[in-house]
Amino acid sequence: MAIAQHQADATSARGFAEWLDRNCGPVMVLPAVIVILAFALFPLIISAYLALSRFALAPGGFTLRFIGLANFRKLLFGSQQYHLLGAFGHLSVFQWLLILLIAGLLLYLLYRYFTLGQPTIGGTLGRLIAAATAMGLALVVILTTAQGGVPGTVVNTLLYVVVGVAIQFALGLGLALLCGQPIRGRNFFRVLFFIPLMVTPVGIAYTFRMLADMQKGPFAPLTQAFGITEWSWATEAWSARLMVLVGDTWQWTPFMFIVLLAAVENQPRDQVEAAKLDGANGFQIFRDITWPAIAPIAATVVLIRLIEAFKIIDLPNVLTGGGPGLATESMTLHSFIAWRTQDLGGSAAVGYMLLFISTVFCVSFFNFVVRPARRHEA
Amino acid sequence: MSSAPERSLAQRLFEPTSIDKQSPVAFVITYAALFLWALVVLVPLYWVLITSFKGVGEVDNGPFYIPFVDFQPSLAAWDFMLLQNYTLGPYLNSVVVALMSTILAVLIGALAAYALVRIRFQVKLWGVALFILLLIAVIVAVAGLGVQWPIAAMVALALFVIVLFTLVNRTQAAVGNNDVEFWIISNRIMPPIVAVLPIYVMFQQLRLLDTQAALIATYTAVNLPIVVWLTRDFFAAIPRDLEESAEIDGASKLRVFATIALPLVRSGLVATFLLVLILAWNEYLLALFLSNAKAQTMPVLVSAQNTTRGPQWWNMSVLIVVMIAPVIAIASVLQKHIARGLLVGAVKG
Repeated sequence: MAIAQHQADATSARGFAEWLDRNCGPVMVLPAVIVILAFALFPLIISAYLALSRFALAPGGFTLRFIGLANFRKLLFGSQQYHLLGAFGHLSVFQWLLILLIAGLLLYLLYRYFTLGQPTIGGTLGRLIAAATAMGLALVVILTTAQGGVPGTVVNTLLYVVVGVAIQFALGLGLALLCGQPIRGRNFFRVLFFIPLMVTPVGIAYTFRMLADMQKGPFAPLTQAFGITEWSWATEAWSARLMVLVGDTWQWTPFMFIVLLAAVENQPRDQVEAAKLDGANGFQIFRDITWPAIAPIAATVVLIRLIEAFKIIDLPNVLTGGGPGLATESMTLHSFIAWRTQDLGGSAAVGYMLLFISTVFCVSFFNFVVRPARRHEA
Repeated sequence: MSSAPERSLAQRLFEPTSIDKQSPVAFVITYAALFLWALVVLVPLYWVLITSFKGVGEVDNGPFYIPFVDFQPSLAAWDFMLLQNYTLGPYLNSVVVALMSTILAVLIGALAAYALVRIRFQVKLWGVALFILLLIAVIVAVAGLGVQWPIAAMVALALFVIVLFTLVNRTQAAVGNNDVEFWIISNRIMPPIVAVLPIYVMFQQLRLLDTQAALIATYTAVNLPIVVWLTRDFFAAIPRDLEESAEIDGASKLRVFATIALPLVRSGLVATFLLVLILAWNEYLLALFLSNAKAQTMPVLVSAQNTTRGPQWWNMSVLIVVMIAPVIAIASVLQKHIARGLLVGAVKG
């Protein structure tokens, strides 16, 4: 022991090497941990502090005053409610029924959890948070899309996430099923369809602005033939939102396609052939063989896409600047605009709201969709 | 010839002749759909490309579709953007930032992923809790009470070390490898907008705002979760005995990592590298906050093209083409590798 110690001290380089060998675990992980601490955990805590305070420029710098939850109150119930949540409209009977239906469904699911399984504290808490968030978001969506309502940035973000990802998944799956057949030119299509994923979203935004130009774009003669000359998609809320969805779909369908194609190619070939021999049609084969085989991967790929979809900013910022009005503004863009107008507290509060919604949404999706899909496979 | 039973027209159209072939109708529908989507992919790219060879006249009096047929292409926009204008600076920034941050992220991430797969960790739970508590205390003290930050940091560090060695080391509860790994990966869920404000202030204090270094550090951190997530599976797939025999021969873990593990997962690393490189190349939000003139990257330059006279489509198209051309080239040639990175991520989750 003493001799080993002596030898280690003999040359410092040797000593360092031995120290490194003994502690290689922490040494290897530490850089990653420090980077994440400095750029994620530390900023997250400061952001929380910012969200709870009022930022103001002052002579020679700035002041931060702690104001509790006032920023959140302003966004949810106060003067900024129209921006984050939107303006509420008048509900029709049908919409009241829809709200009751959603509430009933959530209560039924909670009831089933308590009566069927073994409820745990964590599971109960998680489900209560998920159910409350789902109910709140459903209420906001229904209230702001009702007669006389104007959707805010939460609703826009949910539109991009839910509708956008659903369309991309459907298109990606369809293309993957087509391309998964034994056809010529498969590799050509595979490479070609992959390309939009690599294109910068900022570039996509400008490209689609050019394409959709009603006077100078490539489709202008077509639309003018139908007598549309004065109208522009950028001046109306839903057509502007549709443009953002189109650009987003162009970019992200390839992601779904490439992953689902690999899954389709890995489905059990012998089963498919046996089913064909027995005279099963395409839909039956898809329902009974292909879908069960690819469901776990499909669920995961949707989860990954959901996580990224909540962060959308480039496309609406460049394509429409968030307009007309607030019609295409996402929550990230909302936060950015608040930052630009020196409302740092409000900006951080919007960011935290986005963090909360996206975390609850993605964790719920993982627990209630991805996990069951995988368990089914196993 | 006559041995096969006569097939009706409907049968000939809708039924395949053999089991691995399609029926004629299915064949036509398949190719029609695939070519339709191919058009959807190509038309926007084609339009950007030809617009970059147009001038103000060709755009405003347009639309014109085919160069040399209905309009005379010119290199004026290319000449203006690349030779007379300040495009090379941002381009170089983008190249440097994307490459450096990707190299760093893959290096740091692969190291961590390997250690998390192969070495057992026991981190005291109360130590982690104490660290976060002290971090919050320091931030409140500095931001709320006006304490100088070096003093607060020193006091907190001293407290941390003392409590760690007196109280925490007697506790049992610990977080293991999976928890550390989950923590690192879960950072990808965090929307960057939540973290970017403090990062902005941090670099402002360090006088590093609008430098390549700030962007490189931030991109490294943002893409680290992806690297750990992907590479951990590549490492986990290596058979253990290869490494164990080297360790018996006296090689250190670090040496085993560098000489045995890394070369074995080479293709996985290439996949990860390309994926992260493209993410860094296209990144917009962080660059928007952290750079404005000197360190401006291409996405910010492109998005800033909306001048008061309206966007000059021909100049903008040049920028977009030079920005997406290398990425499309990489994607076309190395599509299999990049797709592999996506697949590993999706298949296990």
